[in-house]
Amino acid sequence: MTPFTYARADAAEQALELAGGGARFLGGGTNLIDLMRERIEAPAALVDVSGIGRTIEETADGGLLIGAGVRNTDLAEHPLVRTRYPLVTRAIVAGASAQIRNMATVGGNLLQRTRCTYFYDVEGSRCNKRVPGEGCDAQGGFNRIHAILGASEACVATHPSDLCVALAALDATVHVEGPQGAREIAFGDFHLLPGDTPKRETALAPGELVTAIELPPLPVAAHSRYRKVRDRASYAFALISVAAALRVEDGRVAEVRLALGGVAHRPWRAHAAEAALVGAAANEASFLAAADAELSAAVPLRDNGFKIDLARRTIAAVLSDLSGVGA
Amino acid sequence: MSILDNAKSRAQGLAMAALTKAVALAPDKWIPGSTPDPLIRKQNGHVGKPLSRLDGPLKVAGQARFSAEVALPNMAYAAIVHADTPKGRIASLDTAAAEAVPGVVLVMTHRNAPRMNPMPVFMSAAKAAGPDALPILQDDRIHWSGQPVAVVVAETQEIADEAAGLIAATFKEEPAVTAFAAARAKGTQQGSFMAQPLRNEIGDAEKTLAAAHFRIDARYTTPRHNHNAIELHALTCEWQDDGVLRIHDTTQMVAQEAWTIGRVFGLSEDKVVVTSPFVGGGFGGKGLWQHQACAAAAAKLAKRPVRLMLSRESVYRIVGGRAPTDQRVALGATAEGKLTALIHTGLTAKSPASPMPEPFILPTRSAYAAETMLLDVKTVEIESLSNTFMRAPGEAVGTFALECAIDELAEVAGIDPIELRLRNEPEKDPVSGLPFSGRHLDAAYRMAAEKFGWDRRSPTPRAQREGEWWVGMGCATGTYPYYRMPGGAARITLTAEGAKIDIAAHEMGMGTATAATQVAADRLGLSPEAIAFNYGDSTLPGTVMAGGSQQTASIGASIVAAHRALVAELVKLAGNDSPIAGAKPDELSCRDAGLCRADDEAAYESYASILARANRPSVSAEASPPLPLEMMHWSMHSHAAMFAEVRVNAVTGEVRVSRFLGSFDCGRILNPKTAASQFRGGIIMGLGLALMEETQFDERKGRVMNASLAEYHLPVHLDVPDIEVIWTDIPDPHTPMGARGIGEIGITGTGAAVANAIYNAIGKRVRDLPITLDKLL
Repeated sequence: MTPFTYARADAAEQALELAGGGARFLGGGTNLIDLMRERIEAPAALVDVSGIGRTIEETADGGLLIGAGVRNTDLAEHPLVRTRYPLVTRAIVAGASAQIRNMATVGGNLLQRTRCTYFYDVEGSRCNKRVPGEGCDAQGGFNRIHAILGASEACVATHPSDLCVALAALDATVHVEGPQGAREIAFGDFHLLPGDTPKRETALAPGELVTAIELPPLPVAAHSRYRKVRDRASYAFALISVAAALRVEDGRVAEVRLALGGVAHRPWRAHAAEAALVGAAANEASFLAAADAELSAAVPLRDNGFKIDLARRTIAAVLSDLSGVGA
Repeated sequence: MSILDNAKSRAQGLAMAALTKAVALAPDKWIPGSTPDPLIRKQNGHVGKPLSRLDGPLKVAGQARFSAEVALPNMAYAAIVHADTPKGRIASLDTAAAEAVPGVVLVMTHRNAPRMNPMPVFMSAAKAAGPDALPILQDDRIHWSGQPVAVVVAETQEIADEAAGLIAATFKEEPAVTAFAAARAKGTQQGSFMAQPLRNEIGDAEKTLAAAHFRIDARYTTPRHNHNAIELHALTCEWQDDGVLRIHDTTQMVAQEAWTIGRVFGLSEDKVVVTSPFVGGGFGGKGLWQHQACAAAAAKLAKRPVRLMLSRESVYRIVGGRAPTDQRVALGATAEGKLTALIHTGLTAKSPASPMPEPFILPTRSAYAAETMLLDVKTVEIESLSNTFMRAPGEAVGTFALECAIDELAEVAGIDPIELRLRNEPEKDPVSGLPFSGRHLDAAYRMAAEKFGWDRRSPTPRAQREGEWWVGMGCATGTYPYYRMPGGAARITLTAEGAKIDIAAHEMGMGTATAATQVAADRLGLSPEAIAFNYGDSTLPGTVMAGGSQQTASIGASIVAAHRALVAELVKLAGNDSPIAGAKPDELSCRDAGLCRADDEAAYESYASILARANRPSVSAEASPPLPLEMMHWSMHSHAAMFAEVRVNAVTGEVRVSRFLGSFDCGRILNPKTAASQFRGGIIMGLGLALMEETQFDERKGRVMNASLAEYHLPVHLDVPDIEVIWTDIPDPHTPMGARGIGEIGITGTGAAVANAIYNAIGKRVRDLPITLDKLL
């Protein structure tokens, strides 16, 4: 680890001032500190923002405003989250360990970096995310956990968060403050696809700080699931995950939200599948057809072709479960 | 290997073969273990009791001091920089930026490292323990991706780590063979183990197979594995003013390490003292690797004590693991399911410098009574870190292939897999022809099948489903040999209060010290509280390795020898006025802190009385047991019947092991509590082997990619079901205490039991480990 300065901020304005545009913001440290130990990140200064925005408040229109400093555990256990957005609770408890969830913040969760092993291998591997233009050793290497959707020649990494998959399904809004003032970013615009610039992972401008996540009022979310498929029963990143909310009327899909994890550089909102589903019969054939609509663009790598079939099966199983069709 | 080495090895092999034959034919009475250990018959009540681990309270209280916790005055901290190319030369190595960091003491590279000899390779001499004989920081040559090229020594660990990151190394790469296929294309060599070829041939197995009524012929592959003991490899070392190199290490071989490190630095072994009171897991990985020499050299150069604790990544780069295998098992059987042909052959990769191929045919040699056999291990060479022992080397992956194949044959033949196995139980060792010292696999199976509810298993796959989950049951045989290595010795010092046992043995958390204390207590007729078991120090008697599941046998035999010498001394001290006067050691027993005549327990005198009369505060005796010729006179193996129940998700292919039962025939169990933990631990490691463990070795660059516990998957708690363990507890008449080793057998057979259960659940054979969900979709 490279030496760094550390300062703690109690409010967003103070954090911005302390950072001066150059520091990295520190949440629970469950990812950034690891990356510093692995020499992937070497910030000269850290501003600890983990004490800012520790509340969850109901908004005037019946949504929720979640402070960026809220711990993952606190979010998962919040009664309004559990009843109105159960997929959020399920997504959080599907990730990491209780100890990590107790430390990790909601804001930090959005900014987790990929688990690509070539990204982590500073000494021995090429990675365009670490060193732009260097090349990507994950292409043609071990890429079982890598992307099937939205990848580029430059980068085939996936975003590791579970929570973000649920947030993508919910059309959350990210509140940020920065040197140029405050703004809101639609969740779907927050994480970027890799393109030619995989080093750039979010829409945050330099110096901007995530201050809160806002969930809109969304009655359908009360009937939702998060299902995560992985290589062991706990403590592993998703090979595929599915966040879904569903409302069926008269045997037809009236409303649906669907997002996938483990498939792309960002949490993947399945717009094509949603479009195919609305108005369709709520049965397994429709669910599979919708999955196919989404996955028709999937491009397998050396090791991850199974994810296409796995995603298809898991989408159908989750939607069947929500619609009461049965597995 | 040179031609000379080959010739030497062949000569050793021939001499070994001749000796083996002579010992096999010798009368029983000439062989150690010919008379059953008296402790089997006469018991003082300590052996066999579930005594809690004596080191438990210390560990729970954080007072057990591990090697990375030894603090020495003026100590500096080290970090290692690794090569990232598989073969070539260092082109540039810029240490200036690292040296400029305040607090850096020095940077050691091949340019300034002290002169070091290569480590003598394991088995090349009695105490040799090097994994290979590659140079250690002596030249600019790179032999594997991960080889140490620099050691930073600094005032704190943080500074050392920071400076290590500032060292810029570039390499001039040379063509390297890093892919299995390319290595195979270069040709294969005969594998050998313990100076004997890994090849056995009985009759014409291929021809017999072709003519068999039932046959199966399948290929099984297993990946590279890395060691992941919870405790990282670490040592604290110091060149003392008295010329002694003092090493506080975490090791399975204190005496071998002292000798081998002595050779590296040109010191006699008494000038190297290695202590290792606690080891946080070994599994075969806590032997000698380059880091110990690096740390000692750094301490020499810095003229101050140095602590080196490897990072988890460094463990993957420096400490070898299990080599990959590509096995064929072909079985031929009669209509009644009697094996006529048993073929188990294949390839394993090793580093060019490694002396040890993964000997996956070992478990097959004594497994089944087949008319014909062809067993063979060929090796290919991959430029990589040297592979090494990893819990049940050979048996862990060999039983996966063999026992899956048996399950496949059972299905083809329409015979229950347990019945098929029992029909082929051999009466004597099929390869050596030796009688078994104790083999009760049938009893282990019968006990286990009933307890597990085997009769509820459908022989047809896809017969049971609960919701999304297919349910299946499978079983397999596990096996591991009894070993006792030469070199054991022990010293017993007896006072009126109790006894101290000195032996250079090891406690890696498995309960060795506890079981040894129970054994010594029974042997001496003392309470366990009166025994001080002193171990983990190279200056103590014996060359005992905590490996090959042999440590308890070696300790047991050493204590037997020292005890015999001690009793002889006591008889002398007792003189003519004692009730035991004139008795020979074999005519005496120990009870109630004293000696009595075996045939007349009333003829008794206490140790305190004997010592007092002789006016002696203590009496001490040291002795070594005879060479372990019993291993060449009987076929000595433990067995286990492993049963798994698994659930396979019909949607996702996820596998959950829902029940597991291990039924063990390992001779007498010395301590049911510590033994159960050993069995369970082995089974858990076997679940990892079956379902998730895999080193991602990138064949393009000869490099391990998942050098971290986040991406190298081991079972977490949620992956481990309740594991029931039971045992036959039938003493082996030819081993010390009637016990056979139990440290490794748990991992054997487990992989096959899980794979067979998966087949029973969904009808899919996966012959390539690990069985990840993508292989089941």
